[in-house]
Amino acid sequence: MSLRGRAFIAGAFEHPLRTIPDKTVAQVHAEVAGGALADAGLTFADVDGYFCAGDAPGFGPLSMAEYMGISPTHIDSTETGGSSYIVHVQHAAEAIAAGHCKVALITLAGLPRSSGAGIAGAGRFGNSPEVHFENHFGMSIVAGYAMAARRHMHEFGTTSEQLAEIKVAASTHAQHNPNAFLRDVVTIEEVLASRMVADPLHRLAGCVVPAGGGALVVVAPEIAKSLQRHCIPVLGTGTGVKHVDNGRIDLTHTAAVQSGPRAFAEAGVSPADIDYASIYDSFTITVLVALEDLGFCAKGEGGRFVADGALQAPFGRLPFNTDGGGLCNNHPSNRGGITQVIEAVRQLRGEAHSAVQVPDCEIALAHGTGGNLATRMGSSTLILGRSL
Amino acid sequence: MTAPFLPLADVETTVENRPFWDALRNGRLDLPYCAPCSAFVWYPRAICPACHSGNDIMWRTLPGTGRVYSYSVVAKGSGRWKESGPYVVAYVQLDSGLVGVDGPRVLTNIVGDQPQQEVKVDAAVRMIIDSDVKNDAKLGDVVRNLLRFTLV
Repeated sequence: MSLRGRAFIAGAFEHPLRTIPDKTVAQVHAEVAGGALADAGLTFADVDGYFCAGDAPGFGPLSMAEYMGISPTHIDSTETGGSSYIVHVQHAAEAIAAGHCKVALITLAGLPRSSGAGIAGAGRFGNSPEVHFENHFGMSIVAGYAMAARRHMHEFGTTSEQLAEIKVAASTHAQHNPNAFLRDVVTIEEVLASRMVADPLHRLAGCVVPAGGGALVVVAPEIAKSLQRHCIPVLGTGTGVKHVDNGRIDLTHTAAVQSGPRAFAEAGVSPADIDYASIYDSFTITVLVALEDLGFCAKGEGGRFVADGALQAPFGRLPFNTDGGGLCNNHPSNRGGITQVIEAVRQLRGEAHSAVQVPDCEIALAHGTGGNLATRMGSSTLILGRSL
Repeated sequence: MTAPFLPLADVETTVENRPFWDALRNGRLDLPYCAPCSAFVWYPRAICPACHSGNDIMWRTLPGTGRVYSYSVVAKGSGRWKESGPYVVAYVQLDSGLVGVDGPRVLTNIVGDQPQQEVKVDAAVRMIIDSDVKNDAKLGDVVRNLLRFTLV
């Protein structure tokens, strides 16, 4: 069964704040839920499907359904880090196509600064079977991505300057986003002059860690028809998992080699048809490898692909992350993912900032990467259209 | 045994991985090997992820040599690693000691007296077993070991 046209994104909302004092995580989930429902022209009473991931407090969908006063008949708490919410859109579309719900609400919220909480879900790995073979070497998230970058440089000659181009493009977009956490345009030289965190990744090669949240409302076609709001059809979806593979891990690719082709096939389009791409950007290398794996360029060509402003809106070859992405705008709960979908919806509705709105944006891609490139990770790819 | 360069850790051995830690205590690198698949199993576990059988898993001793697959010099650690200074996290591709069989790529640290700038992809390394003794209120003195590597 193809999901093409079987579900529509009717509501999308990103919390405007990047520091959110005097609120709880549950409260921010409910606020962004209300924002996305209002955007769609729907109410909490209309929600019959609810989706959240590891950032949700307590018992996940059970706790949050109670907090928000909803009684969904379909729930999902798939947890794949930053790709969770793109998986959720896929699962929402599947559930809607199967008739299990008609109005699916997806929420993300986190207060990493004010609550003192670490990365959502990070505490759950204590009893993982691999834990004593990975966790005792000072292996941080950035060290993992740094090893992926190092290997990519070794095999393909990718340079730090090329990786920095990705941050430069994101910052060029973020200057137009009044809510962005970082709004200063930076140069390649400034990225390379920033403190080295884990060689070869500099401080400015990594994402921001603000408080924040976002929500999406995915609806059945008949609901979409009844709404005044411009609803965005889901054209294609794909998910993939990559892991250590019995000691054969290849650090130069991600599970996007699985999720991308599935999403393109379901949508009936190719990378050349994509007018705008939201690419999950925990680090610059995350974008570079995803661009290759999704087929925007050949494996190993990512460094050359991103050079010379190719990612800059509105006229680059592939305008990306026009909100400033996780590198500059927002990365709620240290994961983002949902913000990739929200900006893709803005682009397709023609509601991105005028300085970065892609002209005639017909087809957009939102891609999530969760987990760690250097161990186990999940990729999810979503292709959306301005219309069916 | 080698005095530790970097923090050691309390490991919880399980019925699946105990031979690995027992061998390390005795100065050896032993890994599960699935004979029908002609493949080592990484991380150590009781079931081969290729054939999904545990019946033919045997433990083999590896030479303890290998090459750097990738690495990063981490400027500053967190938690117990905060005072460790810059340290090297790496994947090392182990030599299997068997013709036609690749050893696994294992996550580790590159330690030793050589400058960190000399760590490169493909650099040859050999294992060291980093050890210390931790006094535990219940168990008394406990020897702790970790598999790390040093440039050859």
